[in-house]
Amino acid sequence: MIADLPPGLILILGALVIPFLRPRLRPYFMILLPVLALIHLLMLPEGNQAQVDMFGHTLIFLRVDSLAFLFGLIFLIAAFLNVIYGWHEDDSVQQVSSLVYAGAGVGAVFVGDLISLFIFWELTAIASVFLIWASRTERAYRAGMRYLVIQIGSGVILLAGVVLHYRATGSISFDNLGLVSFPTALIFIAFGIKCAFPLLHNWLQDAYPEATVVGTVVLSAFTTKLAVYALARGFPGTDILILIGVTMTAFPIFYAVIENDLRRVLAYSLNNQLGFMVVGIGIGTPMALNGTAAHAFCHILYKALLFMSMGAVLFRTGTVKGSELGGLWKSMPWTAGFCIVGAASISAFPLFSGFISKSLIIAAAAEQGHWITWLVLLFASAGVFHHSGIKIPFFAFFAHDSGIRCKEAPTNMLIAMGLAAFMCIGIGVYPSALYAILPHQVDFVPYTVTHVITQLQLLMFSALAFSVLMRHGLYPPELKSTNLDSDWFYRRVLPGIYGFFRDAVSHVHFRTLARTQVRLNRFIAAVYRHHGPQGALARTWPVGSTVLWVAVLLCITLVFYYVE
Amino acid sequence: MAGQDDKQECWIERKQSATLIYRGVWVICGLLALADFFYHKHIVFKIEGFPAFYGLYGFIGCVGLVLGAKELRKLLKRGENYYDR
Repeated sequence: MIADLPPGLILILGALVIPFLRPRLRPYFMILLPVLALIHLLMLPEGNQAQVDMFGHTLIFLRVDSLAFLFGLIFLIAAFLNVIYGWHEDDSVQQVSSLVYAGAGVGAVFVGDLISLFIFWELTAIASVFLIWASRTERAYRAGMRYLVIQIGSGVILLAGVVLHYRATGSISFDNLGLVSFPTALIFIAFGIKCAFPLLHNWLQDAYPEATVVGTVVLSAFTTKLAVYALARGFPGTDILILIGVTMTAFPIFYAVIENDLRRVLAYSLNNQLGFMVVGIGIGTPMALNGTAAHAFCHILYKALLFMSMGAVLFRTGTVKGSELGGLWKSMPWTAGFCIVGAASISAFPLFSGFISKSLIIAAAAEQGHWITWLVLLFASAGVFHHSGIKIPFFAFFAHDSGIRCKEAPTNMLIAMGLAAFMCIGIGVYPSALYAILPHQVDFVPYTVTHVITQLQLLMFSALAFSVLMRHGLYPPELKSTNLDSDWFYRRVLPGIYGFFRDAVSHVHFRTLARTQVRLNRFIAAVYRHHGPQGALARTWPVGSTVLWVAVLLCITLVFYYVE
Repeated sequence: MAGQDDKQECWIERKQSATLIYRGVWVICGLLALADFFYHKHIVFKIEGFPAFYGLYGFIGCVGLVLGAKELRKLLKRGENYYDR
């Protein structure tokens, strides 16, 4: 019976108890939930466990295989780190929603059918939006609304796809679907929205940086990686994913270079990292899929670490704008150190986690002869180091001294960052532990002389490019600005078009109204003229004239009478 | 990368240190480029065999990225409160 319990439900049900606990007890209770779920997960046997027959369908709430296990494991680790990072937070809204959200993410990973997937898919959207709204600003409210509309929209498209897919095939099982029909295309797009495909991506950069200090860290882990998991499950080896992924790696990094809000820079680089995973799914060989799974695992840790460090900066200084920060290493040396570990990991420095996961994907691309893809991935790798590896730590902690002096991050944040940093280095130094739990047998040695030297060359020459550009004043300064992205389309163009039609219709309406009014007034005036008190037809006539008219009438009658 | 060593107070803030780090990066890059001549490179594509291909590609890529982004900024940059109006 206990084997039937999906690990995600432990978090979701547990989260519902939180508001009834005393605030001081809550974190202790919260930390238990991911730990319990983790122990439970480790003891689960492989295969389909919890099945429920409903409306003539078999819903599979618990299917354990290597791919689901890996994503479930890292989601629970992320949930654990998030609780520590948010230990100081006594906002029950954030506490409940972050655990329900994590639980929904874990739940979605273990389902075996598309209807259950839809349920958890929507639950992630609904639970997570509260992490944005918890900022309790007008700006966050609006960003949250946009986020919610897009996320729920993804769920609705998914549902439509599932229904049509069932009508066409009679199956709701969530396995390799393939991009073969209109229904599967709908499912593909639904996944693509959450995975931040190009032009469907902007909810991510729009909403994540508006969430709370803890909220952004929580958000960074689940939604997009759930989508990566769903794509890896449903559409491995779909060629178009290579093109999509490559675009995702290259396109957001240009924005990352000129973006001022450092959490938004991280959101752009998150998008870029998703691109690597999507390319891996598109290539679809065992090595590439291993790369995607491994990269998702490492990525969740170092991206959380980077968001944590920027969150700590925001928490202490009240801003994460590159134009206002600088020189914080003196005030926050530990945070700076952990940030650099995260930066080195995302940049894939040897001995850090990104090195042993990203190389699987790039090597798989080369092995399959995708040379353009390979070249773009290399460019994107260099670019990642440039904007995440250097820009984030440099502008926050070094650069010019902004004069800001603050306290080091709270202990609980430092512990969470320390654990994440430890895992980033641990995986980088000892990759076999991660390789052992990948979906396919790993036949890849990351630490070869060629690989280490070529990677160091790529990174150090990128650093050189940064140094040279900085030294010669060619590097674009951090400026207070908003950079237009695809959200411009639905935040400016669409409202503009709507506004145009609204104005046009109201213009016609008022013109017509005014003209009718004028005509009506004229008509009433005419009636008044003839029938009003002074009107010819309403005048009271003297008796004499009436007698005259009666005489005339009588005469006419007489004449007619005579003639007849 | 500037200033990973923050053990010594104020060391990093001196002007000479920046120059030192700058030159250090050049030296490291030079050594890494030279290293290409001293081991057997396992390559898939021919272009990888070109000496210091990864370094040069990374350098050109990054300069292109930054200069491209600068141009992009001209096109895309708006006021900070652009959407709040």
